[in-house]
Amino acid sequence: MSLLRLEGVTRTVELPDSEPLHILRGVDLEVEVGDHVSIVGRSGSGKSTLLNLLGLLDTPTGGSLQFDGVPLEKLNGAERDRRRGTDVGFIFQAFNLLGGRTALENVMTPLLYAPGKQFWRRERLATEMLDKVGLGNRLASMPEQLSGGEQQRVAIARALVRGPRLILADEPTGALDIDTGAAVMKLLDDVAENSGAALITITHDPNVAALARRHYRLDKGVLTPVDVNRVLTLAERGDTY
Amino acid sequence: MLMRIWTGFVGSVVEAWAELRIHRTRVLLSLIGVAVAVAALTGIVALGAIAQQSQIETLERQSGRPALLNVSTFNPVTGETPDIVELDTAFQTTMDRYEIAFHSRNAYTSMIIQFPDGVRDVQTQVVDPAFGPMHRVRLSEGEWFTASDADRLAPSVIVNEVMWNLLGSPPLSSHPTITLPGKQPTTAVVTAVTPSAQYEDYPSMFLLTNAWDRIATEELRQQTYPSYEAWVPIELADQLMTLIQRDVSGALGTDWQTDVQRNDYLAYSDEDPLLFIKLLVTGVAVLILLLGALGLVNISLVTVRHRIREIGIRRSFGATAGRVFFAVMMESVVATVVAGIAGVAIAVLVVKNPWVMSFVSQGIDDVPAFPIEAALIGLASATAVGALAGLLPALVAVRVKVIDAIRY
Repeated sequence: MSLLRLEGVTRTVELPDSEPLHILRGVDLEVEVGDHVSIVGRSGSGKSTLLNLLGLLDTPTGGSLQFDGVPLEKLNGAERDRRRGTDVGFIFQAFNLLGGRTALENVMTPLLYAPGKQFWRRERLATEMLDKVGLGNRLASMPEQLSGGEQQRVAIARALVRGPRLILADEPTGALDIDTGAAVMKLLDDVAENSGAALITITHDPNVAALARRHYRLDKGVLTPVDVNRVLTLAERGDTY
Repeated sequence: MLMRIWTGFVGSVVEAWAELRIHRTRVLLSLIGVAVAVAALTGIVALGAIAQQSQIETLERQSGRPALLNVSTFNPVTGETPDIVELDTAFQTTMDRYEIAFHSRNAYTSMIIQFPDGVRDVQTQVVDPAFGPMHRVRLSEGEWFTASDADRLAPSVIVNEVMWNLLGSPPLSSHPTITLPGKQPTTAVVTAVTPSAQYEDYPSMFLLTNAWDRIATEELRQQTYPSYEAWVPIELADQLMTLIQRDVSGALGTDWQTDVQRNDYLAYSDEDPLLFIKLLVTGVAVLILLLGALGLVNISLVTVRHRIREIGIRRSFGATAGRVFFAVMMESVVATVVAGIAGVAIAVLVVKNPWVMSFVSQGIDDVPAFPIEAALIGLASATAVGALAGLLPALVAVRVKVIDAIRY
């Protein structure tokens, strides 16, 4: 069974004094457990909207979206929230670490919403996860005391600490230099592979997209598969989408 | 399900505490207002309780402690009073029958007393030992009559301050004496002094009834007609009034009419005579608290708008709308409960401060302990203010669109 199945998904926004804005038009996508998918596209192509739908943060205005075989419309708001907490890990372009909290406290945050053992063992689990991303010695550091790469590693640890089956990375290297970005992507790829989670990377950087096994391009709300060679060519040229 | 609720609750408290810890300066500043409001509320309620006790004691000194029954007997045709011995026996028997421990004769007479500067007429109130507690008689020196005073050959007298001064303010340890007139001159010992009000410029004293019975001439005794008083539980007052009236009348015969009345401050009206002071205190306290709450709501609303991105991030990690609502509420409640505890502590320190106490408890016999209800009202109000002040920000937090919040 697919982890995610999108069939003819559309997302339209009603505007007050204008024609409705069609952000996504008939998107079809199927993602299996352990998959690594990249979605590339220019700014304004609908990438973030698609990411929000995939992460159960938003609902489509048309088509169907199934998560783990369950149609999204069958889940109420709280159920969607809980499923998101259990099965989806987010990595944001701007890291979005919580200010005033240490690296350890940031990684512990998702575990505050976990029931049972995960909640009670949150400190140990968060420590282990930070250790896995190589920040075992920076537990007490505040976000502003960490470099960009370290902050993104904390964000990766936070996204993975509840053991999600789907990792959604929105421009994960967008705020990093090339070398740091490459290191972070390698780490993300490794951790995702080891955990068996599906990884969907949304990016405009062909170098990042090239790391995935399947590639899509989003243009004006339409999602189309892209040949890997095309991505590699763009990456070699140093072009962006 | 239970485990989820429990972890959800603990998680919310953990979140709330972390939030308060991180924003401690802002929280501290916003809570000063609440702590001061709670301190004012608790302090006013506590001082109100002391003021109320003061007013109660004043009223009880004037008209006796509720329920105080006054018994009087007379002939409805001639207006004559019955034989004092028969009346006394009838009243005493009735008191014994209903096991009324606190009862007293109360009669007024005057005695010619020799002072160092000459003789004076001294207003004398003849009472039983129970009269003191029944009327909260205050003493500035010595102690009120006890049952054993009735057996003293040299009767005890309790004089007012004016009389004591006329006697030369002798120390009571020197057992100052006066000579009482009667069948034969009797030496009495001054055992206590009552404070005199500013308007009091005449000497007066209390004398026990059995001392009076021994020294007074028969003619004077019959002329000094007493009333009788009984202090009974308020809830039994109506029933006992009927029974005492019936029994005393029955004992004296059909020629006599016995009236039993209540004259204590609670007898005059069904309404609480202290209602005004209570309403005033409550009104002031509520006003103070509302001002504190308004300040907190204001700060909380501004704060939550600064936290929209953080709330969005939390939602992306699985925080349900209910959980966000509860966590924001908990932040407010946890903070105001802490402020409430501080406010109550401040109020206790202020109200129980010796200087304040000496000022507010003047003239009170039974100085109330710091009223526990004042502390509870303070804490409950702080919690309620926290919940109310948290409600609006919590609603704002729940309405946050996750997607917009993360991009905020």
